[in-house]
Amino acid sequence: MGVLSFLFSSSLGRKLVMAVTGIALIAFLLVHCLINAMVLLNDGGQTFNEAARFMAENPFIRISEILLFVGFLLHIAQGLYLTFDNRKRRAAKYTGNPGNANSKWYSRSMGFLGTIILIFLVLHLKHFWVVSRFHAPHALGEITYANGDTMENLFLEMASVFTNPIAVVIYVLGCFSLAYHLLHGFSSAFQTFGVNHKSYTPIIASVGAAFSIIVPLIFAIIPVVMHFGIIK
Amino acid sequence: MNINLKVWRQRNQNSEGRFEEYKVQASPDMSFLEMFDVLNEQLIEDGKDPVAFDHDCREGICGMCSMVINGRPHGPKQGVTTCQLHMRSFSEGDTIVVEPWRANAFPVIKDLSVNRGAFDRIIASGGYVSVNTGNAVDANSILIPKEVADEAFEAATCIGCGACVSACKNASAMLFVGAKVTQLSMLPQGQPERQARVVAMVNQMDAEGFGACTNTGACAAECPKQIPLSVIANLNREYYKAKLNGK
Ligand code: SF4
Ligand code: FES
Repeated sequence: MGVLSFLFSSSLGRKLVMAVTGIALIAFLLVHCLINAMVLLNDGGQTFNEAARFMAENPFIRISEILLFVGFLLHIAQGLYLTFDNRKRRAAKYTGNPGNANSKWYSRSMGFLGTIILIFLVLHLKHFWVVSRFHAPHALGEITYANGDTMENLFLEMASVFTNPIAVVIYVLGCFSLAYHLLHGFSSAFQTFGVNHKSYTPIIASVGAAFSIIVPLIFAIIPVVMHFGIIK
Repeated sequence: MNINLKVWRQRNQNSEGRFEEYKVQASPDMSFLEMFDVLNEQLIEDGKDPVAFDHDCREGICGMCSMVINGRPHGPKQGVTTCQLHMRSFSEGDTIVVEPWRANAFPVIKDLSVNRGAFDRIIASGGYVSVNTGNAVDANSILIPKEVADEAFEAATCIGCGACVSACKNASAMLFVGAKVTQLSMLPQGQPERQARVVAMVNQMDAEGFGACTNTGACAAECPKQIPLSVIANLNREYYKAKLNGK
């Protein structure tokens, strides 16, 4: 562990932890988003339910899930530590306010945006992950499709959660925070890895911006269309 | 032109500071520091304590003139130091708030003057090349490609002013350290101490109480020498490489 202790003791090490776990979470978001997008096929949730079953039963996915949890915890713990520790580095505050003259508001608000995402995440895990992984008593039961396949009906669980307008609003707000968090985080991770060059940094920035808009948008559309019964 | 000033006055490191308001008549062609000279002469004539502020070259190369003007280090213009900022960048009747660099690692000595000894200690920890004594070697005997020389020189234009720390919400010194590490790691003379240097300088930077970089980019936006953020990316690379080599 000696060689790696810098990951938790030095400012540059801590930043590397944020970037590595951040990229892992981005990869997770991509997979999650692709599966969610299947809801939009409007086939009564069959494709989506099948994909959800695959994710729940595949041993490789289950092992990745443990790694994902570790990644989340590291990202959250290290992020909170950095936010509070950095704040202490300037005990006497400025009176003059530069506004957004030298940096983007969301780049300066990663701790805040992250906290909103964390609150959303707790709620989100309670809504779906606990239900689908532990077959909690309030799970809405199973469904059998025409081909004889029987599986957990996560789609129905979604439809039921999103009948509540407050849940829809919280999910959409969570997606907004995620979009801005990613807008900084995506390219910031590459900067941390030391990947910065005038020929490809603009490409990373564009891909990052596209990812930060498209992925949260797909996430946010689903509660809205389900709430209004556009997808059933 | 008539200028209203709100200036931070603080007797010493341990005393509480506060803003004092002054009125100054300035010409648009004066530099910001010359406007402060006028203010100080006024204060001395009135038998009051003049405002302490750092300055030396007054031509943008020494890095001493640390003033946060309306919340921005070295004022509203990009790529200039306070001594190179002119009153024509302001308007008649403006109220200007002037504060010292604020960071725990840069304690206030008096008024607008801060102690930037932390930067000196970072340099002393590794920001140099060791050269054996003897005859000076002909500089042209070491071949350095033009692009490398240019990039190293760009990093070497850092004047150690500390505006990067002052602008950063985390009071991080990574643009400064990144500039020094980049300059030395690119040149042949910097190779023998390359890995030990970056680790020593980062350790010293952390020990001095600077915050951790979160890539907001405020440092590069406010740097009077326009040192690019890529020096921090380079610092990261150099540091992780050295760490993986067990330094
Ligand atoms: S990097 Fe720029 S802002 Fe920071 S000390 Fe050097 S010249 Fe000043
Ligand atoms: S006084 Fe030397 S840079 Fe301003």
